[in-house]
Amino acid sequence: MSDISQSAMKLPGITAANAAPWLIATLFLLVLPFIFSANSAITIMNQMAITIIFALAYNMLLGQGGMLSFGHAVYLGAGGFMCMHIMNYVEDYSLPLPLPLLPLFGGIFGLGLATIVGAFSTRSAGTVFAMISLGIGELLAACSIIIVAFFGGEEGIPGDRTYGLPFFGVEFLQQIEVYYLIIFWLVLSALLMFLFSRTPAGRMANAVRDNPERAEFLGYSARRVRYISFCASGFFAGIAGGLLAINLEILTGEDLGLLLSGEILLITFLGGVGFFFGPIIGAIVFTLLKTVLGLETELWQLYVGALFVATVMYFPGGFAGVLMMHAPSAKLGKLKLLVVPYIKTLVPAFFAVMGAAGFFEIMFHMRHAAVGEEEMTIFWTTFNSHSVLPTAVTIGVTVVGFWLAKRSAPDMAAAWHASITPNKPAGASAGERPADSQAQGGGS
Amino acid sequence: MDLILVNIIDGLVYGLLLFMLSAGLTLIFSMMGVLNFAHASFYMLGAYFAYQISQTMGFWPGLLIAPLVVGVMGALVERYGLRRVHQYGHVPELIFTFGLALLIEELVQFFWGTNQMAYETPEILQFAAFSIGANSVSAYKVFMIFASISIFLALLYVLTRTRVGMVIQAALSYPKTVEALGHNVPLVFMGVFGVGTALAGVAGVIAGPQLGTFPGMAILLGSIVFVTIVIGGLGSLWGALLASLLIGWLTTFAAASSFEFADILLALGMERPADMDDSILRDLWTLTLPQIGPILPYMLMVLILVVRPHGLMGKRGV
Amino acid sequence: MRIKTLFGLTTALAIGISASAAFAENIRIAFIDPLSGPFATTGTNGLAEWKFAAETLINAKGGVLGNNIEIVSFDNKMSGKESLVQLQVAIDQGIRFIAQGNSSGIAGAITEAVNKHNKRNPDDRVLFLNYSAVAPILTNDACNFWHFRFDANADIKMDALTNVMAADESLGKVYVIGQDYSFGQSVAAAAVHFLAEKRPDVEIVGNELHPIGKVKDFTPYARKIVASGADAVITGNWGSDMVGLGKAIIEAGFEGPIYTYYAASNGITRTFGAAGVDTITQVLQGNTNPPASAETSAYVDAFEAKYPDHDISQARITNAIQMLAKAIDQVGSADDVVKIAYALEGMEIDSLWGGKVFMRPIDHQAIQDIDVAVQTDKNIRHPLDNSPYGLVTQSTVVMAGMDSPTTCEMKRP
Repeated sequence: MSDISQSAMKLPGITAANAAPWLIATLFLLVLPFIFSANSAITIMNQMAITIIFALAYNMLLGQGGMLSFGHAVYLGAGGFMCMHIMNYVEDYSLPLPLPLLPLFGGIFGLGLATIVGAFSTRSAGTVFAMISLGIGELLAACSIIIVAFFGGEEGIPGDRTYGLPFFGVEFLQQIEVYYLIIFWLVLSALLMFLFSRTPAGRMANAVRDNPERAEFLGYSARRVRYISFCASGFFAGIAGGLLAINLEILTGEDLGLLLSGEILLITFLGGVGFFFGPIIGAIVFTLLKTVLGLETELWQLYVGALFVATVMYFPGGFAGVLMMHAPSAKLGKLKLLVVPYIKTLVPAFFAVMGAAGFFEIMFHMRHAAVGEEEMTIFWTTFNSHSVLPTAVTIGVTVVGFWLAKRSAPDMAAAWHASITPNKPAGASAGERPADSQAQGGGS
Repeated sequence: MDLILVNIIDGLVYGLLLFMLSAGLTLIFSMMGVLNFAHASFYMLGAYFAYQISQTMGFWPGLLIAPLVVGVMGALVERYGLRRVHQYGHVPELIFTFGLALLIEELVQFFWGTNQMAYETPEILQFAAFSIGANSVSAYKVFMIFASISIFLALLYVLTRTRVGMVIQAALSYPKTVEALGHNVPLVFMGVFGVGTALAGVAGVIAGPQLGTFPGMAILLGSIVFVTIVIGGLGSLWGALLASLLIGWLTTFAAASSFEFADILLALGMERPADMDDSILRDLWTLTLPQIGPILPYMLMVLILVVRPHGLMGKRGV
Repeated sequence: MRIKTLFGLTTALAIGISASAAFAENIRIAFIDPLSGPFATTGTNGLAEWKFAAETLINAKGGVLGNNIEIVSFDNKMSGKESLVQLQVAIDQGIRFIAQGNSSGIAGAITEAVNKHNKRNPDDRVLFLNYSAVAPILTNDACNFWHFRFDANADIKMDALTNVMAADESLGKVYVIGQDYSFGQSVAAAAVHFLAEKRPDVEIVGNELHPIGKVKDFTPYARKIVASGADAVITGNWGSDMVGLGKAIIEAGFEGPIYTYYAASNGITRTFGAAGVDTITQVLQGNTNPPASAETSAYVDAFEAKYPDHDISQARITNAIQMLAKAIDQVGSADDVVKIAYALEGMEIDSLWGGKVFMRPIDHQAIQDIDVAVQTDKNIRHPLDNSPYGLVTQSTVVMAGMDSPTTCEMKRP
């Protein structure tokens, strides 16, 4: 039930319908730098693309295999550091290794580490797997500071991607050249990961996730199936690490630390673990939240944390889950039914969330701004943060918005149920699964 | 010799502190089958609340009020958060508590800022209880030992000797039967979660002045608490006690030792390289045991999970 | 596809924001340091000092070449990766001067990136003003023409510190302890080196490292220190590792001085409180008790009045901004960073904190007076953390490290 249900066990033949999203996405990625040509935009897009690969790799574990890992950055970091060393080695001895092939070595190293760790950690999913991944994560993070020869200690390992011979005239001096290199690997890895989920091994990973005992009775070793997914995931995480090495030209302990491991869990879950494209949305949204929201407010982590908790509580399917909830309505051509109820609930909910955010911003400004600087600007309004009125307004907006949203939420749920029901039996199954609105307001 | 005796006491203090945290966590796990990732965050909240109370009323009221507040918050989290997520399965539950831990850390930073708080031990305990060699053991440490042992005894008494304890124990194994007997099992769950987090709150109140009250304190201690209950065996109170003391002494003695890995290399017949930078083993040559002391529990955990997945005293696999 | 539209829209938003500030007249300095997350206090404190220095010392006095200096802040979230992104954003906005200070690891990443950027993009080169990162490597093996350091590096500080220690006749045994990473290691190495040189009779009874940010309870380390009979402790610890270690050592019954690099402000002075009096000793640049002049005092008072929650904890920021302004003034342009860099080399100014500051040309290391000061509540003109406590200078080393060796091989354009 996880993936877009297509052909069950046979490898998909290439049809126009199958290939279209991929071709459109590739084309879009190719022209993107012409739309956003600033170097910083390209740097952010590079970062985003690498995060997408990593999140997709992580979802091979969490979404497809049901394995919760708290230390997956280890494989990204291991691959990245190896690539850094190869990069420096190739430069020192002027070996003829073209740069675009480098991430492959990162992948191989990530795979190597995964084969070792997976050999004992994939015995069961659930808590044991999660705890072993946490332990390994802590161990390697500690090693990254102690073993200076490989990890370079706190400064990390720097390198220069412009080593050696130009690759068909490209020297990789500029970010834009790196962008196309990363895009090539992004499309290739995403395609491979997608195809993997369609192979018998990928299908069995789902089966083992949902019911390991049943899979065992069918003659599949649950452990073996998990092991294969785990190794494949390590491989693609390693590729992401190799690309990171090329993009940043420096790798430090933070690139395999627990913080990054936690972040990728957050990204993947926000995006939605149930669908292949979920982590892609998660990576894009999170990177943007981090950069755009991070520019706007010091409290961005608070908002992201709240968004995350709300998602887990109300929408365990993540953004992708919310999107796909509407697929049946779209198929039935009943999306129109939803417009008015959605506006009625989501608009007040949106104002409630913004009001709450405004309240937090005012509190923060009151406490931290310099003496005499009492003016602050949020939502294009400038006012004195020490006066009572703005605070009262934010509280009022929050309360009223919340109340309105809560009042109309049952109608919205009913409308949704009606929209996915083929032959309108007047509001029959309403209230069975309330699609709560507040979190959705925060997510949009 | 003196130093070893002092280390035994210090290890005991640290181990008992870990136990106060892991007791609540293991209780919650045995009840609901979920590892509460945010457990250490409640420990942090305990310390911050107690600090805030101590600013106006002194240390002792904080010791009483802060854990109560934390316990109520914990019960609310169970009632309105965890119970809702429960329907989606164990992995989302774990992820929910993970998110909660993030959120609590952000909220603490929002309200108290990122600086370390000047949360101090009560004045009547600010003297050296006794000295061994040149090392003095503060009265506060003695208080910590007594406080945690009495909490353990009280917990043991409630769980094994009272009616409430019987219901809880029964609800652990046969929730449906207990419910059929007319007990309100969801209420029991909420109560256990509240008590478990309140215990973490007590630990925070007591440890805050000793180990520092700052936003990183939850993360710093959080993962080691999981390690403790995983090593001890999930759901086993005695296992948690054993593992806490084991880890307390392990880290203390590792930090106190002056063992160098170079000794092993020399014993293996290798020669100390003249120029360290050329040797690929240079990091091993300079490595000492105190350097990796805090990581030892993680190694132990991975080892235990590989050889004995249900931990030292756990009855069931996880 | 809906995702793709979302992607396009939101990226447009991101770029729109970053491009909007690109046409101001001001001379802009990009401040890249943590402004959110657990390290935000040091970052926001530094930002306040930069802004205040720019306003009071430059803009209020007519600016440079008639222009104001503007500090543009970028939050690097204490991450090397994020710092490089923010650096790129700053460069795209046309900013020519980058200021950063928290964490030598990040400073290392930035100096590498700046060097590569300047090599690859000769048209929009930038300068890196490092105001706090003290790892010696930045002005030794990893030095480059674009990097200027305004704090004394860890070796120079240790040189000054050991001068003070060597003068103490009763000193017999010293214990060195620190965080296990490059900075902690270089502090330990420097301590051993300088003590052996200046006081061969002093015995180093312990030299050890503990994992950074991982130790929950420092008591066992403190026990070893007390049992070793040490008269003094040297540590490069910072943050909660500093507080944890210091409190544990004092509680274990240790009574000698604890020589530190980062044990004041940001809540640390307040947390140590009475326990730290006459024990916590710090080597620093620009201590304000006693203040160097009435002007110094007025500056600190004005700062405290405007930012009551912050302290002047990184005094060299005023040196950095004054030297930059002077260099721009000499060159007559704020765009030609090569000429500005040449002007900075060998520059000498009077510091607001007393004495002079000299930018040594061979490695771009600022040479200045270094103080050794102890925590106390007596004779404190400028207390820290809104507590009664502050640091009082015990002794000052004039132009510390003027002849200190360097392995820097500067490549000039």
